[in-house]
Amino acid sequence: MTTAEAPPANPVGFGRMTRKEDARFVRGKGTYVDDVVLPGMLHGAVLRSNLAHARIVSMDTSAAEAHPKVKAVITGKTLEGLKLAWMPSLSHDVVPVLATDKVRYQGQEVAFVVAEDRYSARDALELIEVDYEPLPPVMDAREALSPGSAVIRDDIEGKADNHIFDWEAGDRSATDQVFERAEVVVTQDMLYPRVHPAPMETCGAVAHMDKVSGKLTIWCTTQAPHAHRTLYALVAGLPEHKIRVISPDIGGGFGNKVGIYPGYVLAVVGSILTGAPVKWTEDRSENLMSTSFARDYHMHGEIASTRDGRITGLRVKVLADHGAFNNTAQPSKFPAGFFHVFTGSYDLEAAHCEVTGVYTNKAPGGVAYACSFRVTEAVYLVERMVDCLADELGMDPAELRLKNLLRPEQFPYMSKTGWEYDSGDYPRALRLAMDIAGYEQLRAEQERRRRAPAPQGAPAPLMGIGVSFFTETVGAGPRKHMDILGLGMADGAEVRVHPTGKAVVRLSVQTQGQGHETTFAQIVAEQLGIPPEDIEVVHGDTDNTPFGLGTYGSRSTPVSGAAVAVAARRVRDKARLIASAMLEVDPDDLEWEKGRWFVRGNPTSARTIQEIALAAHGPLELPEGVEGHLDAQCVYDPPNLTYPYGAYICVVDVDPGTGVVKVRRFVAVDDCGPRINPMIVEGQVHGGLADGLGMALMQVIAFDTDGNCLGGSFMDYLLPTSMECPSWELGETVTPSPHHPLGCKGVGESATVGSPAAVVNAVMDAIGVRHADMPLTPAQVWRAMQGRPLRTDLALA
Amino acid sequence: MQVPAPVEYERARSVEDALALLERRGPEARLLAGGHSLLPMMKLRLARPQVLIDVNELSDLAYIRVEGGDLRIGAMARHRDLLESPVAWEHFPIMREAETVIADPLVRNRGTVGGSLCQADPNEDLSAVFAALKAQAVIRSTSESRVVSMDQFHQGPYTTAVGPAEMLVELRVPIRPGSGSAYEKVERRVGDWPVGAAGAFLRLDAGRVAEAGIGLAAVGAEHFRVPAAEESLVGEEPVEEAFTEAGRLAAEGCHPVTDQRGPADYKRHLAYELTRRALRRAAARARGEGDQPCR
Ligand SMILES: Cc1cc2nc3c(=O)[nH]c(=O)nc-3n(C[C@H](O)[C@H](O)[C@H](O)COP(=O)(O)OP(=O)(O)OC[C@H]3O[C@@H](n4cnc5c(N)ncnc54)[C@H](O)[C@@H]3O)c2cc1C
Repeated sequence: MTTAEAPPANPVGFGRMTRKEDARFVRGKGTYVDDVVLPGMLHGAVLRSNLAHARIVSMDTSAAEAHPKVKAVITGKTLEGLKLAWMPSLSHDVVPVLATDKVRYQGQEVAFVVAEDRYSARDALELIEVDYEPLPPVMDAREALSPGSAVIRDDIEGKADNHIFDWEAGDRSATDQVFERAEVVVTQDMLYPRVHPAPMETCGAVAHMDKVSGKLTIWCTTQAPHAHRTLYALVAGLPEHKIRVISPDIGGGFGNKVGIYPGYVLAVVGSILTGAPVKWTEDRSENLMSTSFARDYHMHGEIASTRDGRITGLRVKVLADHGAFNNTAQPSKFPAGFFHVFTGSYDLEAAHCEVTGVYTNKAPGGVAYACSFRVTEAVYLVERMVDCLADELGMDPAELRLKNLLRPEQFPYMSKTGWEYDSGDYPRALRLAMDIAGYEQLRAEQERRRRAPAPQGAPAPLMGIGVSFFTETVGAGPRKHMDILGLGMADGAEVRVHPTGKAVVRLSVQTQGQGHETTFAQIVAEQLGIPPEDIEVVHGDTDNTPFGLGTYGSRSTPVSGAAVAVAARRVRDKARLIASAMLEVDPDDLEWEKGRWFVRGNPTSARTIQEIALAAHGPLELPEGVEGHLDAQCVYDPPNLTYPYGAYICVVDVDPGTGVVKVRRFVAVDDCGPRINPMIVEGQVHGGLADGLGMALMQVIAFDTDGNCLGGSFMDYLLPTSMECPSWELGETVTPSPHHPLGCKGVGESATVGSPAAVVNAVMDAIGVRHADMPLTPAQVWRAMQGRPLRTDLALA
Repeated sequence: MQVPAPVEYERARSVEDALALLERRGPEARLLAGGHSLLPMMKLRLARPQVLIDVNELSDLAYIRVEGGDLRIGAMARHRDLLESPVAWEHFPIMREAETVIADPLVRNRGTVGGSLCQADPNEDLSAVFAALKAQAVIRSTSESRVVSMDQFHQGPYTTAVGPAEMLVELRVPIRPGSGSAYEKVERRVGDWPVGAAGAFLRLDAGRVAEAGIGLAAVGAEHFRVPAAEESLVGEEPVEEAFTEAGRLAAEGCHPVTDQRGPADYKRHLAYELTRRALRRAAARARGEGDQPCR
């Protein structure tokens, strides 16, 4: 007979434990937006444009209105009457809720039908007749600024081109001088193609306007419920206290669920017009074609160095394709996000970047998909440039990196583009990754294989080794520098210990799968010594949580985690005063040991946090100035960003006859400071590595020149599966952030940021080609080997 | 959720029942087998049948057996049945090799051999397999049963010899001693349709190729075949030069189109490369070498 092994006890604080929320997920008991069912609820469906650029000549909705189950048909005209046809974007532009004048991308919202059931709503869409006058679509970002190009945004007064912004960072003349003096300069064009986060759960909302109380409740797939509430208040003119945004269980976000989509607003308008709750859930194609994409950066990079491989400068020009509306979600001051952290992990003399944003007839968005506000593009650029330089110099790419990485004694390091890196020991992380990988042996094996005689029959695979080193920039951010639409990026938290010593922590951020209900309970547990299973984490409901900007940009632990830690420490301080009253000693004579205050020198004279909590709610006479109960709150304004980093090594085998890439191994050493729950951190890294491998090898939202989106279903937009992923080999170093209360730096996006370059570097190493753009599909690899790499963003007729 | 247009539903209890329903409900009726091609098209509203005739109860059409010197496969055999069939593996390893790279287990559990062939998608792996094997298809209506070759069966993209009131009931593949077969496919990701794929069948006699079949998927080969490449092999020794020449002719004989899976020149190259690879392994099997079917 065998006995089942008892699961290990949960740590009271940091450490490995299974996720508290998983019990409901693995039983299928989660509540996602589409699970919300209200009495009398109606269903909405969106009519979308099949053309990328066209003028709306006329629209006839009468047949749809006559459908027996249709309750309302809403068009741009309806919304114009309500002054809701356009809404502000997250980047100081406007976005139409429903098109009024023109459609500007395939999949844009044109009309909304509310019906008794989802099927009827969908059927009625086909009864709407729209007469379009087709206009030439602008699909090639590189042509968007050509004089002959059609003007997409004629809704903006006086707009005569497709230009959005020019932005620069760094010291131009110092950089030019470095390049003039440079012994070696390598130049490379590269595209980080448009990709889509494709969360498992698509976007949706249930809106319920209670006409009696005047309260609007919105269950919504949002990563930022508080910011959404404020924006609804500002845009629709509804009083903010009469709006409740509930973000229930969310099936993945990755930045896709930061913004407010027309569908959400339409559900609200539908509910206001019909007086009934209205549900809207988009389908997979709608999600892929119309919601926030990521990347689409056309980059021209130049790197300067000495002949012996000291990197001296970096210069970049970027053409940023923002789609038809500038709707990237990023701090107001930074139209290109944090791209200017593109000097990466290296000690250079000077650097400069210029970014030009353009409109094209593609869906808007831009900062989505685990990118840390464009750090992904920046890291990809510098890590590819370093490999191009290594190729030029004939140097080993790991050796070139070791030679140029920032040294531990340089921290805190002020970068040439104005970032203050908080802490790091970069060479240690890279050496550890090389040790785990067995870097020397791998290079020896590669050499051996290259020399081996060609086999009979099918050709031998080409082995490639790719290295990347990344510095992330997360935890946005200091409110004096960072805001989204004027809302400062600080976050609130509230910790309350109940009389019986159980606790509740209320967060402003919202989990989409990251495990907040566990991690934040562990943060409180670590501070107060209350077991995590005794701590309830409340989040995702604006009526029940403090204000804050939400979960994205790997900011939950760096910002809200700090808020929770500080609030819990305030509870601990308050508990000390109460314990001093209980023990009739001076607070200064008390010492803390996880879970209790005891009298210095007399450890048996102590009060546990549970005893203190009960006393705090009881008749005990409290010290002067101490209010009853045991709770505290904090609004955390981060003093700086945090800078997690890592060293990644990828080994691939490429079939030279077909171009098929097999990822043999992937080593990832991450330093995100102390790990609250190492298992959750590893899960985040695993997911990010799979994402990065997907982007490197198969994912792309491409278009044809007629404006058709070629990535509108999972048949065309490929996500990697376990079959493509190797067994990830992880390592860690721990360098705490000096300014974060827990030293934690955040890890949500690290692997997505760092891994694509490692994979691409490995493939280029295998095939002996300097550069080819992602995704490295078999066709692209084969074409690169022929010296004719494909342009991957645009299908040329 | 993608929502199909309104549709009626009927359940057939037998082949005769299905055929009668087809006749009665007219050309806007469609048989529903595994549904893995038909339902996605209906959800996208690219297909709008008026009525679905569900044939999933016809488990008597789900057989895979040897009869009269043929391997006989019922139209309702699921992908998974073919994948796991010991007799199919014994006689035609190409079948299992193709099945392991068709879609994913979920699709393979439902999708049928008959549905795959009747869909006649130019990317369909099994079409290439049965073309390489020179199989025959048995088609029935209420009044008759007829047998057609694969060339007759495949009439072009998404069109087959199966008429509106007809049903494919069986595939027959002649068992030929001294033969070997193999399948090679390049896909962008596991479970994806082929970028290009090649199946090969060789029967050797006294050290020379007595019979050759090459089936190509996704590269625009007419009837999924390249007859010139097949003919070039007959009478030759099964050696590298012969495979290379057949590969060259296969590339020449197909008409690939550029799409998101790859440009035409790459697909043409795959026709060359994968044909060679499949022939090499088919020949090894025919000689009794290499990776043999286990008995
Ligand atoms: C995600 C996914 C990935 C896939 N990947 C691949 C792949 O890599 N390679 C590949 O080859 N295929 C692939 N397929 C297709 C898969 O093989 C389908 O199962 C197959 O194409 C259709 O078989 P079915 O039984 O599902 O047919 P259905 O969808 O039920 O029917 C298809 C058509 O055939 C007709 N039909 C069905 N049975 C008969 C019959 N007996 N007589 C007459 N007409 C009939 C139907 O009326 C319909 O028009 C994939 C499918 C999916 C969903």
